[in-house]
Amino acid sequence: MTTAVLLVALAFVAVAGFAVVATPDPRRQAITLSLFSLCLTLLFVVLQAPDVALSELAVGSAVVPLLVLLTIRKVGGR
Amino acid sequence: MIGMACYGVAGWLLLLGAIGIVRSRHLVHTVVSLSVAQAGTYVLLLGIGYQDQAGAPIVAQDQRQPVVDPMVQAMTLTDIVVSATITALLLGLTIQISKRHGTVDPDELRALRG
Amino acid sequence: MTLRARTWLCAAGALGVAVLLVTAFLRMPRFGGDLHVYRDLALPATLARMTPNLVSSVNFDLRALDTLGEETIVAAAVVGTLSLLQPSPAERERIEPQRGYVMPVVKVAGYLLLPVTLLLGLDVVAHGHLTPGGGFQGGVVLATGWHLLYISGSYPALARLRPIDWCEYAEAAATGLYVVTGLAGLIAGGAFLANVLPKGEFGSLLSAGTVPVLSVLVGIEVAAGLVVLLAQFLGQGLIREEHS
Repeated sequence: MTTAVLLVALAFVAVAGFAVVATPDPRRQAITLSLFSLCLTLLFVVLQAPDVALSELAVGSAVVPLLVLLTIRKVGGR
Repeated sequence: MIGMACYGVAGWLLLLGAIGIVRSRHLVHTVVSLSVAQAGTYVLLLGIGYQDQAGAPIVAQDQRQPVVDPMVQAMTLTDIVVSATITALLLGLTIQISKRHGTVDPDELRALRG
Repeated sequence: MTLRARTWLCAAGALGVAVLLVTAFLRMPRFGGDLHVYRDLALPATLARMTPNLVSSVNFDLRALDTLGEETIVAAAVVGTLSLLQPSPAERERIEPQRGYVMPVVKVAGYLLLPVTLLLGLDVVAHGHLTPGGGFQGGVVLATGWHLLYISGSYPALARLRPIDWCEYAEAAATGLYVVTGLAGLIAGGAFLANVLPKGEFGSLLSAGTVPVLSVLVGIEVAAGLVVLLAQFLGQGLIREEHS
């Protein structure tokens, strides 16, 4: 059972990672990055690491996408 | 089998991030791809520390159930926060590059101008 | 080098690295096995120091020197971003921050969640040695919660309730106090960052010696550093652009 959950979490992370890199527009990448962080958090919880999951959730879902969006606003998209 | 899947996803994320950096046309896209590559190292570290049927590293005084390795988790969690601040530094560099050169396309930023 | 040539070269390199990685992964110990040397050493050590959260104990007690290095990196990155985004003499003019339109639902949700998030962040920092949490996570939650004011309200509200100078002082003071705690450990215990406070009862709030103290200091430093960092990025949007 744990193996099945672990495999599903790994699959989510692999697909979300591909989605982040394959998005050419940095504005949209902020959203996909946030989703990727959420999938990573799930994987970290399944790997029995609650501290790491808390850290990744706080950082990846709020701080980094906010920084990316503020930079895009200043720099301009493509 | 499951071990190769876990380590395989770690290697996949690392190489994906590297290819994203090489193929990117916008410096912010480069920085975000770097984040993806760093996530690959987190998955590898936590995969090394994992043990079947073991619990999270929060113990009671008479702990009977084994726990997973706390050392790799300590490394990973400080790494996540530090890499967020480094991402901020890189994005600040991007803003300054766009102000000085007018573009954030890596292909147009080849020459060093004084 | 054109994009196609670069991509082919990168694909060749990535193939080589992939082969090396697969060879390495095939020789690793079995995934999920019970060969964990550091865990076998860390578990009795943290139980002897009355800390239920093994990861916090490793971060702030067994390997506290590494955490000093990591928090110095955070401080250095904040200083670097501050100096990078310093407005140049041509950018002295500021535009008035405008109040954008925020949906009433978002406003109410934000204002309701703001005290809850701040309380949660303080709880995560304070109970870092007992439950999952600690200085790093709690600091990020605190900094993000503060910016709910910006997301659900207006930038002037955030600017009024965000004392930037105090955040800069707090970040520097917390980093310095970490070193002072280490020196106190050196004087009282014989080793830098030794755990010299009384260990207390297993599972109570004031236990585990210096672990909650260092956790709170790191929490203050990370929260203040992130607030200063985000303030630089938010302020960039207020510079009046000169279109010549």
